[in-house]
Order: sequence, then structure tokens, then C-alpha cells
Amino acid sequence: MSVKQTYVIGALVENKPGVLYEVSNMFRRRGFNIESISVGVTEQKDLSRMTITVNGDERTIEQVIKQLNKIINVVKVSILNPKTTVVREMALIKVHTTDSKARSDVIQYVDVFRGHIVDVSSDSLIAEITGDSEKIDAFIELVTSFGIKEVARTGITALSRGAKVIKSSQELVKEAI
Amino acid sequence: MIINLVEISGAQALIESLKREKVKEIFGIPGGSVLPLYDALYKSGIRHILAHHEQCAAHMADGYARASGFPGTCIATSGPGATNIVTGIATAYMDSSPIIAFTGQVVRAMIGKDGFQEADIIGITTPITKYNVQVKDALEIPTTVKKAFYIASTGRPGPVLVDLPKDVQTESAEMDFSSTFELRGYKPNTDPHPIQVKRAVELLLMAERPIMLAGGGVIISNSSQEALKLAELLLMPIATSLMGKGSIPETHPLSLGMVGMHGKAEANKLITESDVLLAVGLRFSDRTTCRLDQFCPDAKIIHIDIDSAEIGKNAKVDLPIVADAKKTLTQIYEQIVQKTIKREKSTWFDRIQQVKNQLQNKNHNNGVSIKPSDIITELRRSLPNNAIVTTEVGQHQMWAALYFQALEPRTFITSGGLGTMGFGFPAALGAKVAKPDVPVVDIAGDGSFIMTEQDLATSTLEKIPITVVILNNSMLGMVAQWQRFFYDRRYSASELKNVPDFIKLAEAYGAHGVRVESCEDFSRAIKNVLKSEITTVIDVPISPEENVLPMVPAGMGLKDMMVDSE
Repeated sequence: MSVKQTYVIGALVENKPGVLYEVSNMFRRRGFNIESISVGVTEQKDLSRMTITVNGDERTIEQVIKQLNKIINVVKVSILNPKTTVVREMALIKVHTTDSKARSDVIQYVDVFRGHIVDVSSDSLIAEITGDSEKIDAFIELVTSFGIKEVARTGITALSRGAKVIKSSQELVKEAI
Repeated sequence: MIINLVEISGAQALIESLKREKVKEIFGIPGGSVLPLYDALYKSGIRHILAHHEQCAAHMADGYARASGFPGTCIATSGPGATNIVTGIATAYMDSSPIIAFTGQVVRAMIGKDGFQEADIIGITTPITKYNVQVKDALEIPTTVKKAFYIASTGRPGPVLVDLPKDVQTESAEMDFSSTFELRGYKPNTDPHPIQVKRAVELLLMAERPIMLAGGGVIISNSSQEALKLAELLLMPIATSLMGKGSIPETHPLSLGMVGMHGKAEANKLITESDVLLAVGLRFSDRTTCRLDQFCPDAKIIHIDIDSAEIGKNAKVDLPIVADAKKTLTQIYEQIVQKTIKREKSTWFDRIQQVKNQLQNKNHNNGVSIKPSDIITELRRSLPNNAIVTTEVGQHQMWAALYFQALEPRTFITSGGLGTMGFGFPAALGAKVAKPDVPVVDIAGDGSFIMTEQDLATSTLEKIPITVVILNNSMLGMVAQWQRFFYDRRYSASELKNVPDFIKLAEAYGAHGVRVESCEDFSRAIKNVLKSEITTVIDVPISPEENVLPMVPAGMGLKDMMVDSE
């Protein structure tokens, strides 16, 4: 039996309208499940970088990579090895704090998680937590008893450690017809 | 370097770009948002063929592309015009056919406002095009058209859609036709990896019961000669998928014919016995393999395909080679020919002849009604080798696949992947435009032909004479066959009750109509019509009880095929 696990995929794509749709539509149509996706511009302004997490077995992931590569506006795709990759997610969590006891407890937890308090009101505060997804899950679980009003998570973004990069290689860069 | 910039409209730039891509014919229907384009087309020297439904314009472009190998082009207006070509684009996508569709769009300022005849055709066609793009600036037209042709016709070919807002067509700009483009994310690999080629050579040399399975990729890459040379060297029989039909002459002693759900009995039987399967340019579709684990259970599979995403998508492959089939087959041949002499006989070849003699379709003419197999065999006899046959989808398509011996590549054109009823007739018109000197025949069923018969008007008005042979059982025959086999003869909504009268229908459009009562009648009729300057519809009444056999029931393996209906 094939083993399912979560893979992190990094993809460089043309920074054009509609490319996110092309990518997400491919996932939908082929029946692959996106767990999270984050997109942002790169050091080259005409390229965006997508970080996609997908759960599946090896064969499924191989298909995901190939189908992504097939999209003309996708320039380069690679699977990021979890052992050699820095993976981060950021979450904003609005916690219900009815009294000063609750407030100081939550502030302490945020400290332990090396987060920040980014907003405070009379009966709530917003914590900003950055880390891998498990760390964020742990924080959310911890403060659930206070009452969580809202959560916004970015989905994960990732880079390989060291000198390794996902770049469009030299020959890919210039193909003039 | 002096660059000649000329100030012209977007529409004129499009026409100029098409001419530079050597487009001689374009299929389409005008409408509000493509009026500037049609004005530029007027007396431009490019022949426009007026279709009578946009779906047909796309199928015509597809038929044109499949017959000629050159991309076919079509135009539709925005909104319903654009949505009408969707079936045509999806058909071309599934069968890797290079067509370029130009659609009109509402003016840029109106996009997203649900204006009159606005449809998000880019969103709609994203999953069924190789590439699609909306042109936002008239200046982009020359490079966009170059890109469209390059993408459609290279690598694994496929449809490209270019969406043109009306005001982009009218906008004037200084156009630069010498500009180049870069596609960082598209670089099809055509050269096979030398180690993989070496491994393939080893596997093939060791094989005792090798079979080549030729798909549509053999035709697209023009590697019929290479495939045949390699097969002859190793005395390796060749089976084909439906899309691969015509890749090698089906009269060749090594030809097994089509394999699959309605494949030839001998092909289906022998493929399960193979020990090495050389699959070239195909995607292991469910209609070809049936139950995948019983397809060739003892064989090592070598899979050559230009599209790396096809490797491992359906079948688990032992040796993948992502490259152009022609280059790969040439290299494999060159290495094998150095290591072995041409085989003259083998026990495997004897086995093939034995199975062929035992299973080849016998003619069971009961003398009561006209047999579809007789009609199709007679059609083959009457046509020159290079005649083009197209089909619709259903029983007649499978009879054509079983009994029409295709002798040359690009002479058997059918909707394999999507299975689009109504494809064959417009595709035949497109093929005839591409090859005006070659007879073109659409083998049709009554149910399918009704779906696009209005384009008889196109045939008459544009003087594109073809022949339509309707194997008329007054049923949606394949539906009825399944109902007969699996639903206890409950013919739910599958009876067509002899409506319409195809003779009168043909005449209403200015075409000929002929009804034949016997195979001899048909033989006479077909000989007469091939010289005709107008399209002829030959109505051939057949028994509604006729089945397509062999048949592998859904979910079963090739070894479970039913050879007769008892």
C-alpha cells in the first residue's frame, strides 16, 4: 500500500493575472487536494513563487509535479525536502479575554511561543504566531479554552536551506523563437 | 537593424500574423464582437469558410489539422459563439490536435460587467486548452499569434485559444512583426535519454513475445516508417489504439489492428500474452486497456511519450522515455540493427499467424439485412489508399475501426478521447479543405449525423464535396447495445424512429441523397459519388439488432472479451 504524506512544493510561475487560477484549477480537475497555498512576488518582479502543500502518496505527488510543469505559465517546480527546508506559517488569532487574569495568561503563552500581541481591546487581543504549522496548531489548542473569536492563517511558505535554489535555469531563461 | 513598424489596427495585425504563419483557410462564424476582424478578413486573401454552428467551425479546424498536420484555425464571436466552440476545443484537447481558436470579447472596459454576449471564455477553456490568453493590448497581437502557433504545434500538440476584446481589434498601433518571445515554462524535450534508449534496446532484444502498441503520437510525430522498420527488424507485431489507427498499413502481416474494449479479438488476445510492450505515443486510456492490471500482465512496459505527465498517469511503466517518438524509434532501430540480423521467423510470429487465423472476424452474413462490416469492407475496396475516412461516435465508429483497413497515416480521423458525436461530418469538411484532391468519407450513424447535419449548408455553399455514409439503424445504436446486454432490452430513449428522412434532408441543403437496399447498391452508389462535385449522403438501412463485437464489458479485462452475443 502506498503511504500518504504531506509534501511541500515550491513553484516559480509567471507573475501574470490568471496563473493562480490555472494552477488551482488543475488541482481541482485532476482531483488533487491542496492543503494550503501561498503566493507572493520574488526577487524577480516578473516571477511569483507559490508554496503549495499537498497530501498524497508518492505516485500522486509525481503526477502533481508533472501536471504543474505542463502548465505553460509555470516556470519551475520542485518538491522541498522537509529535512533541509525552512518552513514557516504565520497566524493571527483573536482570543476572547474577559478579565485581566485571562489577558495576562494569554500574554504569557504568546511569550512562550515567541509571538507578538498586535492588538488589544477591552475583551479581546490578537496574537501573531509564526512557526511551522504544528506550532501554530499547538498555540491554538492552548488558547481554545479562553474562546477564539477569529483565526487567519497564511498557509505555509518555504525555502531550501543553504545555497540550493529553485531558479529557472540558464537555458530556460532565454528561449527566443 | 531596421525594424519596420507599421501602424495598423489590431484586426489587420491579426490577419497579417496569420499570413505569416502561412494560414490559407480559416473556419468561423461572424458576430458582433468579431466584426472588425471579419472586416480585415474581407478580401484579405485568406479563404474564410462559413460554418453554420461554431462547434462545427472548431471540428473543421480539427479535421483540417489532423488531415494535414498543420494547425487548423477558427473564429467565433464572444459569448454564445465562444461557448459553442467549447466541445470542439475539448475534442481537440483530448486527441492532441493543434487548433487555434480566436474568440471575440466585449470591449476591455466592459469585461467583468456581464455585458451583452460576454462569457469568461478564458476561465471556461482553461482546463481544455494547452494554452489560452486574452490580448489586452493590440501591440501584443503579433507575438501572441506566434506563441499560439508555436505552442499548439510543438511538443504534444493541442488547442490554443486567443481571446480578442473588440476594442483591441480596432485599436491602431505600430506593429512589430519581427519581435520574438520567450517561454520560460515551456521547453518540450525531444531527445531521448541515451541510457533509456540502451535499456529499451536490451529489453527488446531479450523479448520473446514483444508487441508494439502504436498510439496517435506515432501519427503526430510522423514516425510510421520508423515504427514499421523496427517492427520488421524484430518481427514484432503492431497493435494500435483507436488514435493510432493508420499509423501502419493494416494489411501488413505484422499488423494486429486496434486493441481495446472493441478491439480486434486477435489483438486483444495477443497483447495479454506479450512479454515486452513497446508503447509509443499513447496514454493508456481506459478504452484501450480495459482493466489495466489484466492488460499485459506479464509484460515489461516501455513507454515513449513526449508528454512526461503521461508517464505513470494510468499504467505503471517499467521504462519511460520522454522524447519525440521519431527520434527515439530511430535510435532504438540503429542500435538494434548493429546487434542483430533481421528476423525471418520466430515462434512468436507463428503464434500470431495461428491466433489470427483462428480469431479473425468471420463474415456471418445471414442474408436478411445489410451487414455494416460488408459496407465498410466494400467502402475500403472502392476508395484509393490515400482517401480519408472520418467517423462520428458510436457503433458505426467501432465497426469502422474494426473493418476499415487504414493504409496511410492521417487517413482515419475520429474523436477518440472525448467521443464527440457530430464530430465526423465537420471534421470531414475540414479534412477536404486541407486535402481537396483526396476523397473524404464520413462514416456516420444516424444519431450522430443529426447532431451537426446543419453544416450540409457549409458543404453546399463553400463547395466542399464529401460523402456521408449513414449506417442507419434508427437507434442510438451503442446506447441500445448496452441496453440490450446490460439493461434487459429496456430501450430507454434510444429509439430514433426513422426521423428524419435523410434523403429529403440532404436535398433540402442542396446535397444529393441516395438510399441503398443492398451491398451491390452501395457499391454502385459509392463509385458514382466519389466523382461528384456536391456532397452525397448515402443512407444505408441496417438492422437495429446489430452489435459491435468483440466487446470487453466495462470493468473487465481483455481476456473477458465477448466474441459473440450468445
